[in-house]
Amino acid sequence: MQMRTIEISVGAFVLAGMLALVFLAVKVSGISLSEDRGGYIIKARFDDVSGLRLRSKVTMAGVTIGRVSGIDVDMLRGDAEVTMEIDGEEGGLTLDTGAKILTEGVLGARYVSLVPGADPDTLRDGDYILDEFTQGAFVLENLIGDIVTRLGAS
Amino acid sequence: MPVENLIEIEGLRFKRGDRVIFDGLDMVVPAGQITAIMGPSGSGKTTLLRIVGGQLRPDSGSVRVAGKDVCRMGRSELFELRKNIGMLFQSSALFTDLNVFENVAFPLRVHTDLPEDAIRDLVLMKLNAVGLRGARDLEPSQLSGGMSRRVALARAIALDPRLLMYDEPFTGQDPIALGVLLSLIKNLNQALGTTSMVVSHDVRETLSIAHYVYVIADGVVIGEGSPDSVASNPSPRIQQFINGSPDGPVPFHYPAEDFVYDLMGESNG
Amino acid sequence: MIRFMRSVGAQALERLASLGRATVMWGTAMWGLPGPGDFTLMLKQIYHVGVLSLIIIVLSAFSIGAVIALQFHTQLSRFGAEDAVGLGLALTLLRELGPVVTALLFAGRAGSAITAEIGLMKATEQLSSMEMMGVDPLHRIVAPRLWAGIISMPLLTAVFNVVAIYGGVIVAVEWLGSDPGAFWSGMRDAVELWEDVGKGMLKSVAFAVVVTWIAVFQGYDTEPTAEGIGLATTRTVVISSVVVLAMDFLLTLSMYGDF
Repeated sequence: MQMRTIEISVGAFVLAGMLALVFLAVKVSGISLSEDRGGYIIKARFDDVSGLRLRSKVTMAGVTIGRVSGIDVDMLRGDAEVTMEIDGEEGGLTLDTGAKILTEGVLGARYVSLVPGADPDTLRDGDYILDEFTQGAFVLENLIGDIVTRLGAS
Repeated sequence: MPVENLIEIEGLRFKRGDRVIFDGLDMVVPAGQITAIMGPSGSGKTTLLRIVGGQLRPDSGSVRVAGKDVCRMGRSELFELRKNIGMLFQSSALFTDLNVFENVAFPLRVHTDLPEDAIRDLVLMKLNAVGLRGARDLEPSQLSGGMSRRVALARAIALDPRLLMYDEPFTGQDPIALGVLLSLIKNLNQALGTTSMVVSHDVRETLSIAHYVYVIADGVVIGEGSPDSVASNPSPRIQQFINGSPDGPVPFHYPAEDFVYDLMGESNG
Repeated sequence: MIRFMRSVGAQALERLASLGRATVMWGTAMWGLPGPGDFTLMLKQIYHVGVLSLIIIVLSAFSIGAVIALQFHTQLSRFGAEDAVGLGLALTLLRELGPVVTALLFAGRAGSAITAEIGLMKATEQLSSMEMMGVDPLHRIVAPRLWAGIISMPLLTAVFNVVAIYGGVIVAVEWLGSDPGAFWSGMRDAVELWEDVGKGMLKSVAFAVVVTWIAVFQGYDTEPTAEGIGLATTRTVVISSVVVLAMDFLLTLSMYGDF
């Protein structure tokens, strides 16, 4: 076996292995190589974000347009503040955009669904979605508890 | 002029498991001569070479090579010593992943910082000495037994060692290869003045080139002297070995019970 | 009874002694870091253990990925959750099957070859003659193979995972008609870089160390006969497989176990 052939094939092998690793990191685990993807950030407050995780999807009309980049609790107000990275240029979301936390499929992956409004002004980088347009996660136990209480009262 | 001894072995004892291989062996190998060590298979001839090379440690006794005791050397000192020792193995032991040229170049590459063209010249010189300069690009698997032994010889002399050890160099060689090897060993000894130690049980070939002969059996030297004096040694054990008689002091039969008794015992049992 | 006890004791002592020899060998070989001249040796070994294992890795990965996707699809479609095929496939592969199957295939393909090669070198006195030339076979023969194994196996594992995922894509998306967007985004949402990809690779490195170590030691410690080499080769595959599977359980327990 010629040394040249060995060198070339080993080089190709190592390269293929590295590419495979990069593929696993980028395509499969979904990290982006550069943190700055030219998107912008909007925030929203929810009374309950159960099941929502970092890097959960943010969709509009069923299309992924960004992802969750931060979930923090506001102790004073007793609610959760969700930071979302939205792809693309700012100006696509109206000021009265609504946000709902929904469940995908039976396995229950949570995601944020944005509902477009009609306001002529748009959300800028760092803006909050107005609280009256947000709707937190639907928690089955709470609903059942609610029904039981109401049945008991009547 | 007194001949200086390159190797001096005194009171060598070596056991492998429960088997005693050497039981107080004394031997000297004079510098610049061909010393032959003969003995039947299993008499520990190869073991002796390994002890001299420091691959095995004896249980007691001393083995001095060029005045230094091999048995007391550390690992790095041993590896230093071995640069001055060339050894031809029974199976040639060519590196199967290298071709002929690279096999001979191997010791040069690891032990010297010579530039590539100097290595090339040296390798071709050594290969020329064994008559295989034209075979430099062959792989070990393409060589005949005699050729691979010659390549191994070229590799063993690559660093111009002071001591050359041959482990059964004549076994399994056709008559022509045998003749070539005999003259090579002789020439190397005469031309380079290399001290040679030949371990063999091929009596005729060995006696024809050796300056001095030791016959070992049962862990001790049972006879020594010039080839002629060993050949005419009256000891029945040496005579049996030299002449290859099937029966003698070394019995034809492996120790066993009486034959008739053995046969009867089987049917009665 | 006493004889039985004695044979058990002797066996245990022998195992312990060979473990000791193996440790000494590994330590001595790894001690001398590869120098510039050793790089070529290592390259050759990466060719032998890595490049030559690629075919079997790719073929096995493809069929394993396809089978897993098929199974997941059949089961999950009963709940209408075909979208989870991608994430199920990716997690199974990254965390368990990728490193483990690669290590098993590697033991069978490259490990046995290493054992046979070194065993043959021992039987034909190549190791002895190297030693007699003042070259340490641990440094020259053993170390490059150990390093080559440690470098090659994680790369093979990465290739295995990617090929297997594509095998799954072909079955689930191209053939059974899952939605490609859901397939990939489900995967991306569930898979985390360190937790899944990183820890899987860590496993693979651990397997690489152990499998090449076993292979090299079995070759180095073999009885230098044809029969001995055959036995040693078998032992390499058997011991490697058992150790890899046992180690996988322990590693999974310590990496993902929740206590």
